[in-house]
Amino acid sequence: MANYRKMAAPTPDPESQPFWDAATQGKFLVRKCNGCGKVHWYPRTICPFCASDETEWVDGKGTGTIYTYTVMRRAKEPYVVAYVELDEGPKMLTNIVECDVDSVEIGQQVELVWVPTTEDGPPVPCFKPA
Amino acid sequence: MSINGAAYIVGAFEHPTRFAPDKSTAQLHGEVAVGAIRDAGLSKDDIDGLFVSGDAPGGLQSMGNYLNLKLRHVDNVDIGGVSPIVQVAHAAEAIKLGKCNVALITLAGRPRAEEIKTGTTPRVRHASAPDVQWEFPYSVPTAVAYAIAAKRHMYEYGTTSEQLAWIKVAASHHAQHNPNAMLKDVVTVEDVVNSPMVSDPLHRLDCCVISDGGGAIIVARPEIAKSLKRPKVKLLGAGETTKHQEGGMFDITYSGAVRSGPTAFAEARVTQGDIKYVSIYDSFTITVLMQLEDLGFCEKGKGGAFVSDGNLISGVGKLPFNTDGGGLCNNHPTNRGGITKIIEAVRQLRGEAHPKVQVKNCDLALAHGTGGQLGVRHGSGTIIMERE
Ligand SMILES: [Zn+2]
Repeated sequence: MANYRKMAAPTPDPESQPFWDAATQGKFLVRKCNGCGKVHWYPRTICPFCASDETEWVDGKGTGTIYTYTVMRRAKEPYVVAYVELDEGPKMLTNIVECDVDSVEIGQQVELVWVPTTEDGPPVPCFKPA
Repeated sequence: MSINGAAYIVGAFEHPTRFAPDKSTAQLHGEVAVGAIRDAGLSKDDIDGLFVSGDAPGGLQSMGNYLNLKLRHVDNVDIGGVSPIVQVAHAAEAIKLGKCNVALITLAGRPRAEEIKTGTTPRVRHASAPDVQWEFPYSVPTAVAYAIAAKRHMYEYGTTSEQLAWIKVAASHHAQHNPNAMLKDVVTVEDVVNSPMVSDPLHRLDCCVISDGGGAIIVARPEIAKSLKRPKVKLLGAGETTKHQEGGMFDITYSGAVRSGPTAFAEARVTQGDIKYVSIYDSFTITVLMQLEDLGFCEKGKGGAFVSDGNLISGVGKLPFNTDGGGLCNNHPTNRGGITKIIEAVRQLRGEAHPKVQVKNCDLALAHGTGGQLGVRHGSGTIIMERE
């Protein structure tokens, strides 16, 4: 079991609740638009590209590459914040975990890992080197 | 319809304090308001438009009450620290439409006295904002949100830490002449790159100061400006926008300046080469570099070379910037640097900057800012002003 930074629980709302319910089951959902066919991030009911409300939850691949990152050094333990470009297209703000923080690189392939949160919150999607 | 020539900046005041444990936040707003009113040569009852933002305790109602103003126009646009720059434009619009004659813009606060760890601790402004749940667990304090943009800029364009450091070096050269500046010591590129890493690639000296204080601006219609004794600073053009994650399909190496800049230049009917002085929001060194590129002062991706070798130092380089020392060395009151950007541009246009940093024949200046988080979502505003 990896030793994770204490991560704050997300605060689900009616629009996002299905995502966090699935997360509790270890399932990574993304939101896809049936109007334009594109996947966006973060998930919302109105498509940010074409404004269609014909959007639905679909299974995400949980794979991608690091678009950019930083190692935050002014913390008890340095941690990595990154945008991961999902293989579905959009870039997602996240943390890179289970890695040597000094070996992280732009363009690196990564895969999804669920990280527990405080206060019995749902786990949050993070990534680790593939 | 244009605001070109519709209004003048007639009053400007920067609070001398950088640490104010003995003052209330409302008091700081009041003191800067009075400072700007006196600077203009007006009286309190001339004010009929009030513009405040998220830093004003109690907002428009409490501030209007505290100062006991008789208002007929109010505005509380909040797109982060850039807000006062946008409010100058909004004041000109209101004046042009006859909604007010004399607009007061105030900004003040005391994060230093309140010991707020501005750059390194995540802050939640609106708990119900839709993006919070997708960000807060990942712990994205302000320094991180700018560092991720800097990292990608370096990857795509080969920008270096030494090039970013030149921005801080230039600011420090100016701050040595400002007796109120928080950091008055001249620093070198080596000092910056050898300072402790905060969030790669941003070092401690790539970050702005945390200071208490504030500032105020007064915008008035042309007839009133002409009746006053101060040098005349005319507003020529303005632009504003927001930039964000675009559903996940965004380029992090660009800022909102790509939209607010061209709008302002077109309205002002001037070009980059005409501008004698720039105030550029300097929350971090990377903020300056990206904004200068996006405003068109150099080719995209060439900002690193452009800012190097003292090119931003007054009397040395081609584009003097932030001659008060900027947010990097002088003042970033209440974590919002918009008002001080306007104030130093006004000093330059009036010929009232410190003699060691005053730009010769400074007849055209630009002030631009980025509010919020460069690499996540931010507001952007640009104004162009002329000495008449
Ligand atoms: Zn769509």
